[in-house]
Amino acid sequence: MTDTPAPAAEPRPATAALALGDDALVLSHRLGEWAGHAPVLEEEVALANIALDLLGQARTLLSLAGDEDELAYLREERAFRNTQLVEQPNGDFAHTIARQLYFSTYQHLLYGQLAAAEGPFAPLAGKAVKEVAYHRDHAEHWTLRLGDGTEESHARMQRGLDALWRYTGELFEPVEELPVDWSALREGWLSAVTAVVERATLTLPSGPQNGAWTAGAGRQGIHTEPFGRMLAEMQHLHRSHPGASW
Amino acid sequence: MTTMAPDTGAQDTAGYEAVFDAAVAAEERIEPRDWMPDAYRATLVRQIAQHAHSEIIGMQPEANWITRAPSLRRKAILMAKVQDEAGHGLYLYSAAETLGTGRDELLDKLHSGRQKYSSIFNYPTLTWADVGAIGWLVDGAAITNQVPLCRCSYGPYARAMVRICKEESFHQRQGYELLLALSRGTEAQHAMAQDAVNRWWWPSLMMFGPPDAESSHSAQSMAWKIKRHSNDELRQRFVDICVPQAASLGLTLPDPDLRWNEERGQHDFGAIDWTEFQEVLRGNGPCNDQRIGQRRRAHEEGAWVREAAAAYAAKHGKATA
Repeated sequence: MTDTPAPAAEPRPATAALALGDDALVLSHRLGEWAGHAPVLEEEVALANIALDLLGQARTLLSLAGDEDELAYLREERAFRNTQLVEQPNGDFAHTIARQLYFSTYQHLLYGQLAAAEGPFAPLAGKAVKEVAYHRDHAEHWTLRLGDGTEESHARMQRGLDALWRYTGELFEPVEELPVDWSALREGWLSAVTAVVERATLTLPSGPQNGAWTAGAGRQGIHTEPFGRMLAEMQHLHRSHPGASW
Repeated sequence: MTTMAPDTGAQDTAGYEAVFDAAVAAEERIEPRDWMPDAYRATLVRQIAQHAHSEIIGMQPEANWITRAPSLRRKAILMAKVQDEAGHGLYLYSAAETLGTGRDELLDKLHSGRQKYSSIFNYPTLTWADVGAIGWLVDGAAITNQVPLCRCSYGPYARAMVRICKEESFHQRQGYELLLALSRGTEAQHAMAQDAVNRWWWPSLMMFGPPDAESSHSAQSMAWKIKRHSNDELRQRFVDICVPQAASLGLTLPDPDLRWNEERGQHDFGAIDWTEFQEVLRGNGPCNDQRIGQRRRAHEEGAWVREAAAAYAAKHGKATA
């Protein structure tokens, strides 16, 4: 809880670690909400598995920035640096899959770049990219099944893609300290998502990927309303016992 | 069991029965293609299905705390545990399917109340310490019950239990360790741990089922070597294991009659409230409606997803799905 601060000679890459760590932490939490509610038992296993991978990544990343529990449980909404996409409520299964498709494709390409570059994130990215490849595969297969399944699943999947589209622009706002080619990331993401959406007989949403009101907002600590409530639930027990260890 | 039943004609089951009885007596495993008495098959389906259902319903009381786990380490442990339970449910449904039933049929029986799940999961998880009490006591009781099932006469069930028991022992140690951290923590944490043990102790003892004198399936299950020990024997074994563990946790067990009996070399313990047990079994426990309601809702709300997967597979073939 009260870790000794890092030596001044090696400044922690806190901004980037928090941005990536918060993305993983918050999405993991949302996926954890599915436990006991999934449409089929295999998805209980799969969603929990993805949530666990993300939580593992979050712990490694937050530990680069400080104490993982202090950062997860004692920051308030305005101090979180995750994108607004990952904090969006689960909605129905198609909504969750749309969020997974957008995010896991992004994370897979991002970690691919980070793993290939030098820097403090390369070891984590090298390990996590294998996990994320599985998450992406899972999201792509479900996008295909739902998009090209029944009329109802097609409509629901399209609604999920449409509803979350406006949160995708923020994924490509450059994050300080990260050796990433952001425009290549955006292009790679767009072509990958387009290919899956088309194969799934769905339509790529046409609205803006972000607006003045949302550009880079999550990364600056400006979140959407459901996020505060999510944090209240996540943090309440930890905050009720200051200084306790668990 | 490797020998097939003798070919004595479909009407004459006596020969089959003799081969079956001899295999059971010789501690051989009965396998799915072997002949078995109808009642043996039915008993196993009932027991394995109930066991699978318990894993699935049992996810709920613990999943209730995933979003509130007080540290990231504990959250990861709890998520992994709930994931394991879904996996155990899947193994067990597969084992049941070797007896000629289907997962959909079994789930349907669970949702309509025609098949049961363990009474313990009808109790609520009211504090974080309940997660530890479930790990220590509920998983502990489950292991005491299930380790002998690793030698059960039906091969697929016995093999599923070997895998499940390994993971359950791990969960049980994690639950114990969670309670230990609370017990040695702040005063409020210690009180939380004690309160959880007070609420979970008696329901855990009920997990072993009714007293031997009132257990309707026991004698036959023991003769068939599905069961190896009586309910009361296993319950006694569990109490004897828990007493020293409670002491090293620094927690007390809520039973004024609990004491060492020098003569028996076992602990005496107080009377179980069998009326409460019967009420919970009858559907009148604190969470029966909530648990089955959530399970039904997840299934109903997921119907369009399963239909989509089936429609996609029909269009594209299973290999691409």
